[in-house]
Amino acid sequence: MKKAIQSLIFTFILISIPGQSISADKEMSSEEAFNPTPYILHHIADSYEWHLWGNVSIPLPVILYTEGNWDVFMSSEFHHGKSKVIRGDRVYKIDHHHIVEENNKKFTNLSITKNVASMLFSSLLLFLIVFKASRAYSRKKTAPKGIQSFLEPVILFVRDDIIKSNIGPKYEKYTMFLLTVFFFILINNLLGLTPGAANVTGNISVTFVLSIFTFIIITISANKGYWKHLVKPPGTPLALLPIMIPIEIFGVFTKPFALMIRLFANITAGHIIIFSLISLIFVASNNGVNAIAGWSVAPISVAFVLFIFLIEILVAFLQAYIFTLLSAVFIGLAVKEEDH
Amino acid sequence: MISFDPGLIIWTTIIFTLLLVVLKKFAWKPILNAVDERNKSIEEALKSADKAKEEMALLNADNERILAEAKTERDKLLKEAREIKEGIIGEARNKADKEAEQIINSAKKQIANEKMKAITELKNTVAALSIDIAEKVLKRELTEKVSQEKFIAEELKKTELN
Repeated sequence: MKKAIQSLIFTFILISIPGQSISADKEMSSEEAFNPTPYILHHIADSYEWHLWGNVSIPLPVILYTEGNWDVFMSSEFHHGKSKVIRGDRVYKIDHHHIVEENNKKFTNLSITKNVASMLFSSLLLFLIVFKASRAYSRKKTAPKGIQSFLEPVILFVRDDIIKSNIGPKYEKYTMFLLTVFFFILINNLLGLTPGAANVTGNISVTFVLSIFTFIIITISANKGYWKHLVKPPGTPLALLPIMIPIEIFGVFTKPFALMIRLFANITAGHIIIFSLISLIFVASNNGVNAIAGWSVAPISVAFVLFIFLIEILVAFLQAYIFTLLSAVFIGLAVKEEDH
Repeated sequence: MISFDPGLIIWTTIIFTLLLVVLKKFAWKPILNAVDERNKSIEEALKSADKAKEEMALLNADNERILAEAKTERDKLLKEAREIKEGIIGEARNKADKEAEQIINSAKKQIANEKMKAITELKNTVAALSIDIAEKVLKRELTEKVSQEKFIAEELKKTELN
C-alpha cells in the first residue's frame, strides 16, 4: 500500500515537474483547462510567506547575508514577488519562488521561511507539551494523568521497543537523540496535516538534516567490527571482494539516504494525493465552467480525501516510527559486539 | 521542492540541535528517571505487600494460637476456681461440723457439770435432810421406840428412792 502510494507519487512528480512549475506564476484564464500542478506544488513547497487563504498571508522575515552585509526585511516587501527589494547596492527579487540577486552577487539565505517558522512553532509546541508532562512527574508520585498518560506509553514504547531492543545494552547514549527524532517527526507530520500548515517533514532539506544526524551518530559510535566489516566482509570469497567492498561502502551512505527519501516521499506523497483529489473537483468542473460536473464529483472526491487523510494520520505515526526504528537498527548494527 | 535549500538545512540543524538539548535536559531525562524510579518503587511496593501478606498470615496463625492458649487458660482457671470453690465449701462444712460437734460436746460437758452440781446439791440437801430427820428421830426416840424404828425405816426407804 505504502509502496504503491510512494511509486505513484514519484511518477507524479517526475511527470509534472518539468515545465509545470515554470507556469506556476501564470494567471490562468477560464478558457484554459484547470491545471492543478502549480497549486499542489505551491502548497507542498517552502515559501517566504505563510499563505493562509485567498490573498491573506503572514509575511515572514527574510535574512540574507551578502558580501559582509546582513539584509533583513519582511517578505511582504516583495509584494508577492511583484516588487524588488533594494538594500544598498543589492537588488533582490523573487524568481520562481526563489530569491535572486540581480547583480549576481553571492548571498547566503537564512530566511525564516514557512518551513522554518513552522518548525520553530512545532518545536516550541513539542517542548511545551513534553515539558508539561515532565513537570507532572516532579510534583507528586501519582498515577499518570492527562497529557502525561498519553505521552508516557509512547515514550516508553520508543525507548523499550524501538531503542532498547534494537541497539542492545549500550542503548542509553542514543535514547535522547532517537526520542527527539521520533517526536520531532511525529509533531511535524501531524501539524503538516492541519490546513494551512507547512510541509516540514515533506521537505527534503529537513529529512536530509535528520538523516545526517543519524549518519554522524552511526559513524561516530561505530566500533571496530563495523569498519572491519566494510573492508573485509566476513565469509566472502576473495574473488568477490572487489564487488563486495564497494557495495558495503556504498551501503554506509544508502542507509541514511533511504531514511531521507522515505520520510520525504511518504509525507509529500500524502499531501499531493490529498491536493490531487481536491483538484479533481476543479478539473471536472473545468475551473468553474461546468459547475454540475464539479458538484457531482465533489462528494466522491471529499470521501476519498477523508479516507486518505485518515491514512495520512496513520502514516504520520508510522513514518516517525520507521525513521526512529531504522535509525536504531543502523546504530545497533554499528555498535553491536561481534559474536563470530 | 526536491532541491536542497542551504538556509533550511542550517535552520533545521539549529532548531533540531536546540530541541535535542532542551528536551534532553527538561523532558526526557526527568521523565525517564521518574518512570524508572516509579517502576522501582512499584516493584518494591509489590514486594513489601507480599511480605506484609506473609506477615499477616503469620500473625493470624499466631493469633489463633494465642486464642487457643487463652481458651485453655480460661478452662484451666475455671476448673481451678471450681475446685477452690468446692474446697472452700467442703472445708466450711467440715469446720461447721467440727464446731457443731464442739458446741455439742461443750454443751454435753456443761450438762454433765450441771448434773454433777445438781447431784452434789442434792446430796448436800439429802445430808441436810438426813441430819434434819435424824434430829427429828432423835427427838422422837425419846418418846416412842417402836414407831421410831418404823419411821427410821420409812425414812431410809424414802431416801434410798431418792
